Amino acid sequence: MDLMEYQAKKLFAKHGVAVTEGVVVETAEEARKAAEEIGFCVVKAQVKAGGRGKAGGVKLAKTADEAFEHASNILGMEIKGLKVNRVLITPATPPVEEYYFSFLLDRSNRQYLCIASVEGGVEIEEVAKTNPDAVKKIGIDPGKGVDEAKAREIATECGFPEPVFEQAVSMIQSLYTVFTEEDATLVEVNPLARLEGDKLEALDGKVSLDDNASEVRHEDHEQFVIRDEEDPLEAKAKDKGLNYVKLDGQVGIIGNGAGLVMSTLDVVAYAGEAHGGVKPANFLDIGGGANAQVMADGLDVILNDEQVKSVFVNVFGGITACDEVAKGIVGALDILGNEATKPLVVRLDGNNVELGRQILSEANHPLVTIVDTMDGGADKAAELANA
Amino acid sequence: MSIYLNKDSKIIVQGITGGMGAKHTALMLDSGAQIVGGVNARKAGTTVTHKDANGADVELPVFGTVAEAMKETGANVSVLFVPPAFTKDAAIEAIDAEMPLIVVITEGVPVQDTAEVWSYLQGKATRMIGPNCPGIITPGESLAGITPHTITGKGPVGLVSKSGTLTYQMMYELKDFGFSTAIGIGGDPIIGTTHIDALEAFEKDDETKLIVMIGEIGGDAEERAAAYIKENISKPVVGYVAGFTAPEGKTMGHAGAIVSGSAGTAQAKKEALEAAGVKVGKTPSETAALAREILQSL
Repeated sequence: MDLMEYQAKKLFAKHGVAVTEGVVVETAEEARKAAEEIGFCVVKAQVKAGGRGKAGGVKLAKTADEAFEHASNILGMEIKGLKVNRVLITPATPPVEEYYFSFLLDRSNRQYLCIASVEGGVEIEEVAKTNPDAVKKIGIDPGKGVDEAKAREIATECGFPEPVFEQAVSMIQSLYTVFTEEDATLVEVNPLARLEGDKLEALDGKVSLDDNASEVRHEDHEQFVIRDEEDPLEAKAKDKGLNYVKLDGQVGIIGNGAGLVMSTLDVVAYAGEAHGGVKPANFLDIGGGANAQVMADGLDVILNDEQVKSVFVNVFGGITACDEVAKGIVGALDILGNEATKPLVVRLDGNNVELGRQILSEANHPLVTIVDTMDGGADKAAELANA
Repeated sequence: MSIYLNKDSKIIVQGITGGMGAKHTALMLDSGAQIVGGVNARKAGTTVTHKDANGADVELPVFGTVAEAMKETGANVSVLFVPPAFTKDAAIEAIDAEMPLIVVITEGVPVQDTAEVWSYLQGKATRMIGPNCPGIITPGESLAGITPHTITGKGPVGLVSKSGTLTYQMMYELKDFGFSTAIGIGGDPIIGTTHIDALEAFEKDDETKLIVMIGEIGGDAEERAAAYIKENISKPVVGYVAGFTAPEGKTMGHAGAIVSGSAGTAQAKKEALEAAGVKVGKTPSETAALAREILQSL
């Protein structure tokens, strides 16, 4: 789960990172009130996307009226396709210098990585291109972590200037605490600012949390889920415990196993090229079980997607036998009754496939077409979606 | 021959008394694998009873620790069906006992736990497969994991895959040829055994004549494997990559299956593999057809 700036800052504050949390509001009137308290402030769009400043989503306000005006403009605007529902009001604290600092999961090397630069914060990507030596990358052994000695080593390697060096050492340790205690896969401060009076402060923050860890040991991470920011179908699927991702297409997809479902989306997209360019409408992995209730829940979500014109059910019976899956499909159609209105193309293969196909044939449901292969099923589903 | 697992492998199950553990202990026994016992500290001293491949009752001892299980049974493989919250400790226990091979089936392990286990494993005697994987099967000999043993038998194809169901699908498509070993390495961001490890082992395995490599979006494991193939693999390799239509920034089922910015795309992986001389299929069945063509010419 990616956090918004104000959520990231909340975690920073919790673990002792120097930060000003500010006030998050949902209306321009609230923005005015917050600005009256704060004074000279910044109004910042809260969306999970980079480039907010360039998109006009970050504005300085000298007065409460200006804050009201900026908030009116920013609330409701779209940044990279995401609607802005909240703005953060924080004190305007112009930096003397800007740095970049992050901890992240380094998949390739199976360890953690610190990426930091004291030359430019916001423009870090530009620095990485023009002066790559200024961007330091320091590997961290997950078994050893970052103690004070390692934090000093990092601060020295990065070249934090003397007046803020000790603050940097302390902040590096606090940020690492955020990274490990909250089970993050990314903790980024950009810019990390040197303010007037040589005070070091995180002016912006980006945190991605590991969903597996949130599930296992961070009940409090539930507070970061914002329902109005989620796609309604994804939210519904999540409530039913389904592994679903909404896409922009016409062929609904249900399958078992993440790899097979991803593959099914691809095969449908290829098949769609010959059928008016129809595309997969979603990712939905119902896992190994595939019983009637799970199948019904899955179909229910997909059939509620107005874009969907046909559904492709692609199941390989590994541990689960195809007859069980077939019973699941028939049972699901019973559960849904008149709610099921779109054609279903079903491909079953693997364990007990003949019995599975027989069960579907005997049920003889008018919406169901049985196919032999994955490629054939994709083609049929695409054709039906384009009809 | 085979890689990592053969008919002499003696397997214990960590979490043998749990639902998944019990179900798959029965299926592993049914495949003919030598399951010699299990571990559950709270049920040490008890036994569990299942059927072997011939339908005869097998009484398996439950031990308090992995070390004890190894001492009493001579086990050299451990399969972990332990809930995600306890997987790190269970893996570290097996590593401390110097278990040669651990296969972590569990899905949903916090990635920092896996990172710590990987760090702990360095310089130790253990190979880890997984987590979040279907495990490994050497058809006709042994099974350490959840891959259905009924799909196909022994043969010349070595398979390494991030995905369970695509492993099954590919075994099914090439069932008339059979497999030396099929290994599911798992879909998490950090895993113990990589495509490269399996490629290296298949290259050395006399029985393996062709390697099928299945990848998916996220990370750069396929790109690294491509570079490795170019330098080190003399056997034919056929590849498949899933996730061309996956949107940026969305996790597609597997925790590691995510395109971040322009990194980790299926297109980049396909191109890297093709540049290394790997034939890459557009769909699983096209991939199987490419493999079939090569197998028939061998």
